[in-house]
Amino acid sequence: MYQYTPFDQEFVKLRAEQFRDQLERWQAGTLPEDDFRPLRLQNGWYVQRYAPMLRVAVPYGEIASRQIRVLARIAREYDEPEAEVFKAAMDGQGLLGTTFLPTHCAHFTTRTNVQFNWIPLAKAADVMDLLASVDLHGIQTSGNCIRNTTTDALAGVAVDELVDPRPYAEILRQWTTLHPEFAFLPRKFKIAISGAHEDRAATAWHDVGLHMAKNEAGEIGFKVFVGGGMGRTPVIATQIREFLPWNQVMNYIEAIVRVYNEHGRRDNKYKARIKILVKSEGQQYIDDVEEEYRQIVEIDGGPHTIPQAELDRVKACFVDPQLPEVKALTEAEIEQSLLSHAAAHPAFSRWLSRNVHPHRNPQLRAVTLSFKRPGQSPGDATGDQLDALAALMDRFSAGEARVTHDQNVLLPWVPVGELFTLWQQARELGLASANVQLLTDMIACPGGDFCALANARSLPIAEAITQRYQDLDELDDIGPIDLHISGCINSCGHHHSGNIGILGVDKDGKEWYQVTLGGSDGSLLSGEPVAGKAIGPSFSAAEVPDVIEAVLGTYRDQRQSGERFQDTVRRLGLDPFKEAGKAARHPAATEAEATA
Amino acid sequence: MKILASHEHQAPAEGDASQVALANDADALALPLEGVTRIDLHFPQFTDGRAFSQAYLLRRRRGFTGELRATGDVLIDQLVQMQRTGFSSAVLRADVDASAAQRQFDRFSRFYQGDAVHTAPIFAPQEA
Repeated sequence: MYQYTPFDQEFVKLRAEQFRDQLERWQAGTLPEDDFRPLRLQNGWYVQRYAPMLRVAVPYGEIASRQIRVLARIAREYDEPEAEVFKAAMDGQGLLGTTFLPTHCAHFTTRTNVQFNWIPLAKAADVMDLLASVDLHGIQTSGNCIRNTTTDALAGVAVDELVDPRPYAEILRQWTTLHPEFAFLPRKFKIAISGAHEDRAATAWHDVGLHMAKNEAGEIGFKVFVGGGMGRTPVIATQIREFLPWNQVMNYIEAIVRVYNEHGRRDNKYKARIKILVKSEGQQYIDDVEEEYRQIVEIDGGPHTIPQAELDRVKACFVDPQLPEVKALTEAEIEQSLLSHAAAHPAFSRWLSRNVHPHRNPQLRAVTLSFKRPGQSPGDATGDQLDALAALMDRFSAGEARVTHDQNVLLPWVPVGELFTLWQQARELGLASANVQLLTDMIACPGGDFCALANARSLPIAEAITQRYQDLDELDDIGPIDLHISGCINSCGHHHSGNIGILGVDKDGKEWYQVTLGGSDGSLLSGEPVAGKAIGPSFSAAEVPDVIEAVLGTYRDQRQSGERFQDTVRRLGLDPFKEAGKAARHPAATEAEATA
Repeated sequence: MKILASHEHQAPAEGDASQVALANDADALALPLEGVTRIDLHFPQFTDGRAFSQAYLLRRRRGFTGELRATGDVLIDQLVQMQRTGFSSAVLRADVDASAAQRQFDRFSRFYQGDAVHTAPIFAPQEA
């Protein structure tokens, strides 16, 4: 993990101070609300339906146990709504049928950040100081600026890795932090970077996607994509550069963002992302970027060309951690030990095959702790669970973890000999559901219960499906499948890239859901990145689980040997699934069900 | 950077070619600079950041050494970004409380990236 220098640490503290100054001026009335809003957004404070939301940055998903412990403290001591706020929320959501709203907990997001939903703004500055004490912050996690650069949770340990993207993600983090020219872009700007053969970072869906690459001479660089995005107009990113030398990445992104800052639309906030500019300008945009890049290098002198010494300095942090001295096991010994535990404990066997991933170092494994279980919203963790997570990180993973894009937590450094003990402890904590990559390992945004933008609630849908599909045999039979749920078209739940996508829509002021099939995030399971397509008019909340069941039933009836859900959808097209969805509609009583 | 109250600012006089007011959607690379000593750049809303790029391009790309003045919806919380992108003066919006301005400049002594004024990023050797 990157080790913060005294400069890095001081910087985060000064930022917290700056925010305290802004908050106090706002409270005193000398900084008007409209002037304060972008400032608090760029520190992660986003006001939602009932309460402020704080989004804490977890740069490229890497987090340390001491940081998790502070998040636990924040969950426990600060994530507490004032009584009137909570009453208003329960009253408001109660009208829709919500009977429970989680408090005192953290939420892992699709951009590998951590959110809290209830911290009062009056406590915001104290929370930022507390975060700063462990090198955490909310810098640029909201607002029309460059956001967190994300990568895949297996970065640095994946067996199919070409180049470890983390040092470059860290270098980008530093360059984008408080960049003076790019704090007021037309809209938000998101970068994702992948260093493996499989793209597990959904790069095609980002404003800028970077793929680590090597040219014929073996030199490291990037394939660069621009203009991907979700929302009202889902677009897959366009390739802009076949090969960009590694040391030019900041200069090149500067060119991309500058041209966007100058020419991105500012007249309509729904047409303001870079994807709109790239689509409308086409080759002209690419030419403009290449010309600006040329001038940055030749006229400005390429001031952000990365020196080898800087890459070396940053790279030096991303080395395998010191692990406890353990006799190296042969592959046969590893195999034998795991087999014997698996034979005695079928649940361990399942967990091994679903939640444990191969590692670049054959003595280690990467393990996903599943935060998807009935009775708790996907990706949520209480203060106690966070403290328990920190203990697992220290005991089993050299104090490190990764927040994953699908709202779980991955332990990247688990010795094979410790897997059984880890499983036992994780199971006691409810973090060992053997459902990783299966149906109930779904992505869900917080939805209408929390978010003022949402058209519909997402959490009851997630819970209903999780409750219905608890049988692990059935989940295994359905096989790997990406289910993504968004409460509105802003797509924070990435429904466009779900093999099954569920989208909350507003119809007659009630909660309805569109179901889409065949979406892909660009991973091997899902194939070429593409937006899913609707299987018909929207369904009521009560119908949704039945529709999902009908769609999955069609898949299981018609699949050919070895076909995953996504393969069958591709082969058959949507028609059989449209029919299945139609047949699953409830007669007449749908009106009442929409509000039940 | 010089901070001006709105009454201290005069828009460029008619016929005075040494002072130019540039719209924030104009091409900063195409502007003729011969004889120009002051360029007023515009923030129609403070959330419209195009003038930051214009300032950078004029100051750094084109080497303009005259006065770059920020006008329009100028608040104290963007002054540091203005200074770093090459502005030499800023006309505060009429209702802005200027008392908190100086401490914004005093807070951060260094930043990660190079800018129009301090061109070297923190990782690069100091320029001569």
